[in-house]
Amino acid sequence: MNRIEILFDKLKHGKSKALVGFVTAGDPNLEISEQLVIAMARSGLDVLELGVPFSDPTSDGPVIQRASARALQQGVTLAKVIDMTRRVRATVDIPIILFSYYNPILAYGTDAFYRDATDAGADGVLVVDLPPEESEDMTAQWPGNDLSIIRLIAPTTPAKRMTAIAKQASGFLYLVSKTGVTGSAGLDTGEVGHHVKMLRNVTQLPICVGFGISTAEHVRAVATVADGVVIGSAFEKLIEENLSDPDLPAILGNQTDFYKKAMDH
Amino acid sequence: MTTHHQTKNLQGQATPLPDAGGHFGHFGGRFVGETLMPALLELEEAYHEFVPQKDFQNELNRLLNDYAGRPTPLYHAQRLSKHLKGAAIYLKREDLTHTGAHKINNTIGQGLLARWMQKHKLIAETGAGQHGVATATTAALFGMECKIFMGVEDIQRQAPNVQRMQLLGAEVVAVDSGTGTLKDAMNEAMRFWSAAVQDTFYVIGSVAGPHPYPAMVRDFQKIIGQEARRQILKAADRLPDVLVACVGGGSNAMGLFYPFLDDAVEMIGVEAGGSGVKTGKHAATLGAGGVGVLHGSKSYVLQDDNGQIKEAHSISAGLDYPGVGPEHAHLKANNRARYVSINDDEALEAFRLLCSLEGIIPALESAHALAFAIQEAPRRSTDDIMIVNLSGRGDKDLAIAVEHIDMPD
Repeated sequence: MNRIEILFDKLKHGKSKALVGFVTAGDPNLEISEQLVIAMARSGLDVLELGVPFSDPTSDGPVIQRASARALQQGVTLAKVIDMTRRVRATVDIPIILFSYYNPILAYGTDAFYRDATDAGADGVLVVDLPPEESEDMTAQWPGNDLSIIRLIAPTTPAKRMTAIAKQASGFLYLVSKTGVTGSAGLDTGEVGHHVKMLRNVTQLPICVGFGISTAEHVRAVATVADGVVIGSAFEKLIEENLSDPDLPAILGNQTDFYKKAMDH
Repeated sequence: MTTHHQTKNLQGQATPLPDAGGHFGHFGGRFVGETLMPALLELEEAYHEFVPQKDFQNELNRLLNDYAGRPTPLYHAQRLSKHLKGAAIYLKREDLTHTGAHKINNTIGQGLLARWMQKHKLIAETGAGQHGVATATTAALFGMECKIFMGVEDIQRQAPNVQRMQLLGAEVVAVDSGTGTLKDAMNEAMRFWSAAVQDTFYVIGSVAGPHPYPAMVRDFQKIIGQEARRQILKAADRLPDVLVACVGGGSNAMGLFYPFLDDAVEMIGVEAGGSGVKTGKHAATLGAGGVGVLHGSKSYVLQDDNGQIKEAHSISAGLDYPGVGPEHAHLKANNRARYVSINDDEALEAFRLLCSLEGIIPALESAHALAFAIQEAPRRSTDDIMIVNLSGRGDKDLAIAVEHIDMPD
């Protein structure tokens, strides 16, 4: 069992849910970014999604677009994100998912990516713009399956397609809470519950829900139906508002703690 | 007959490209977030179901003829040909269509498909504004809502087209992210579509984007080549020796090339060389880029070593794009078409020459194709026939042209 499976197994027995946190690697810079994610892990974060910055993030809203642009300005590359993963892995034991658009991986080399990411201690990868139909382009030459492939299910995904996607996924499924880009407002928790239920009918994999989740109420409501809650833009917004604050790691740690508590009550 | 452009399936039968997943050899496909996947599958299904129907084709042809002004002439540019002392140059006059560029062929096609799919809101990205104007025009014609995404940089350099779109009732959304050009407009259109996917039809303007767009846009544009083929056979009683068209995303080129793919006809796509390919400030994606994934398909892109998309540079907003349609990448890989580049100053000189020799003001995009023809024609026999796609008219470019060209007193 890899770290992701162990985690969800443990949570299931303890009847608790996973807090999944997304941050763009290298925002505001690589050194602070590393401190941030370590602080988050120490404050109870269960899964870390480390975003690889990309010049054209078409699935992301303005908050993550700006985070991505700041990281690129710092010269952050996929190679540097993998190095950061290695350093973070030396300190924390939670699952780390690399969250990327496809082109940086393609440019890095899909085989080299597998080798270096697993070697650095990454547990999974989520490629936003790589649907199952095109996935073999990335995985064809992979020598093993040590990297879980986290797949997206959208509110627009019909039931039949859900089944097909779930079959090709591992680790957990990432259910997109609503149509639109990351960080959009207007979460409908009733709708989320409906989609989780549909998805449960076709898969045994844990289901984590993300996109537009920012308040304690959201977290609590989503945690009652799903196995995990993904928070991205809300963390990124906090980083953006406190870019040069020396206490930024503590601020992110406190926010993680806040969400974790919301989830448990 | 199996040609370069077909692959044999297991039964040994030739199948046309793209394949069922939208691949042209190693290129194309569908690389988008899951939210958009079902919409693309729905679009593909509707495209295959509705477009071949007789009622659809009749209405499309009626609109292309009576509204858009097709067929467009194939004009033998005799003074230009004589001046160059080489191949006979024929111009395919897409500049004479309603709205002044080939873009209308595709927007009427997609607008009609939107109507058959009962989607009454259109969105589009635009660079030079020609596709935006064509989409806004189609929306007005069909009584649909319309939103056009356009980079702030392009809004500035193509102001007349912005006013046109607004007059036609479209909302022009200024995109200031990234470089404020076509690529960013397309990013934003895709983001908007992700949220509005249930009731909105995204009219992509080039043979780029995820499947089925590259094939669908090509099929709506192939009327250019079908007409040109018929017209040259009538005028010269034979096929041309060479076809020349500018390539940004590549829709006018694909439209001209496609009906000639199985013929022994040379094809040349002309990319924007900007300040010169060696300066790094250019839009020669096929000439100087690498294989990558941008805006939903795998093709050539301008990128750095880390897979970050680079800014394109061209005096022509319509060619100022760091990607290119996947079918062009495939034609390049198979050496079926050749891709060259023309710099800003060469395009401006061609622009001036066509004005003075033929009384035609070409779009700066089309001036790139002309500039190549001007270099190439003298190297060829006077018996050779060269068809140049005059994809659009240049009224929108007057401000830029006047800035760069010495005007007579």
